Amino acid sequence: MGTHNVPAARGFVRRNKWLLLRRFVQFSILGLFMSGPFLGVWILKGNLASSTFLGEIPFTDPFIALQSVVAGHEIAAPAITGVALILALYLLVGGRSFCAWVCPINPVTDAAASLRNILGIKANVRMSRYLRHGLVLVILLVSYFMHDIAFEAVNPITLLHRGILFGMGVGWIAILAVFLFDLFVAKHGWCGHICPVGAFYGFINRFSLARVSARDRASCTDCGDCFRVCPEPQVISPALYPRNALTSPVIASSDCINCGRCIDVCDPGVFNFTHRFDKTIGTKSVG
Amino acid sequence: MEASKYKIRTEGRRGFLRLVAEVSGLMAVSGLALAAYLKSARHLVATAIRPPGALAEADFQSACVHCGLCVEACPYDILELARLEDPVPTGTPYFIAREHACEMCTDIPCVPACPTGALNHQLTDIKNASMGLAVFIGAETCYAMQGTSCRACYMACPVKDEAITMAYFNDAGRNVFQPTVHSSACTGCGKCEEACITAEASIKVLPAALVQRDIGTDIHGHS
Repeated sequence: MGTHNVPAARGFVRRNKWLLLRRFVQFSILGLFMSGPFLGVWILKGNLASSTFLGEIPFTDPFIALQSVVAGHEIAAPAITGVALILALYLLVGGRSFCAWVCPINPVTDAAASLRNILGIKANVRMSRYLRHGLVLVILLVSYFMHDIAFEAVNPITLLHRGILFGMGVGWIAILAVFLFDLFVAKHGWCGHICPVGAFYGFINRFSLARVSARDRASCTDCGDCFRVCPEPQVISPALYPRNALTSPVIASSDCINCGRCIDVCDPGVFNFTHRFDKTIGTKSVG
Repeated sequence: MEASKYKIRTEGRRGFLRLVAEVSGLMAVSGLALAAYLKSARHLVATAIRPPGALAEADFQSACVHCGLCVEACPYDILELARLEDPVPTGTPYFIAREHACEMCTDIPCVPACPTGALNHQLTDIKNASMGLAVFIGAETCYAMQGTSCRACYMACPVKDEAITMAYFNDAGRNVFQPTVHSSACTGCGKCEEACITAEASIKVLPAALVQRDIGTDIHGHS
């Protein structure tokens, strides 16, 4: 598996375009929330659980709202509108785009994954990637029986986001725990195996529009760079190594978080962002 | 590669059963742990008061999404979202009356800010709020009960002459005034507790869940 079959002629920015854009979007969204409490400029009020944009447009997290309804609460109108808007947004940009582009835990677990590589840490407790889907069910059951929005008592995503905006206290310990878990215990442990929020956005992902395609898979040199960098590497194979020439090159798996890292790292330029109905197969040859 | 190792474990009927057993085992453990945690951690300390219009505590837990929109709507910065270490369910809004009581805004901005209805939008007159109930606990400590002219709680009360009155009585020749709370008018804003001049307040607001409002109802629910 030669990593450098194709000379890496592309500069740093080209090789990290989507990563840099992703960090920019992540921190911009956080900034739009922070400008209110810290500077008095109110753009996004609230936090990732529920917010208002410019004091008018409501956004509400659909998984939290679902837990609330299951717990027996008759949810009020602004939250229902907020859920509809968020569902519409993620049906467009890809359900798990939340994970890659918005979630504040993503930089934490990305940092753990990088450090894991740098330090060469091999320890890896293997769990099924289906566990997170099971946990969605568990959380809805606990919400129902405990009459509580169950996961919000322990959710590190909202804990971190809320903490940055409203005061963190000892909440850092929980975030550190997620980081250490991913670093020493399980590779892509939190986001890839446990996080029920990501799993829920994965359900939305089944129907959403924006996708990554291995359009120019004919140019693939089998270097393995995309598999190494992908947080959900199981999603690539069906599109990159098709059963026959007509198999769609679109990455159809609802686990794909649309982070675009495969597009960044691929020197022959196999991957690109497109929509689910774009079955175009490239004819670009190697080199 | 990782993918091939993974395949061996889940291949065939035996592998599939093992996968199902592993996942459902972890599901059961995490579900029980989460339920146990909720049972132990989702309680309110007596000093923490919910914002106006808050649903009864049990319903509040299923309704409040911890978004903090009420906190940001409060013009006096009185509300806080509970941190992990606070003795209040994490992420939920509360205030400590002794530190800063509710100012009882006439337009109650925190209530319409709530997107889910955890703060009941039908509360439009702040005088109908029942965040808690002031309880007089200063029979021995209250300055007015010692015969001084202290009226701090009475003067601070925003529902003047209705929620707190000073009841006169003669204690063995001494003229004494006792702050007396009227539950039908008290909103639980906490102004009296905030104003009380004794080191530990001699009048305190207790959360709605802890207080008796239905006069004449006994422990069997009969009235």
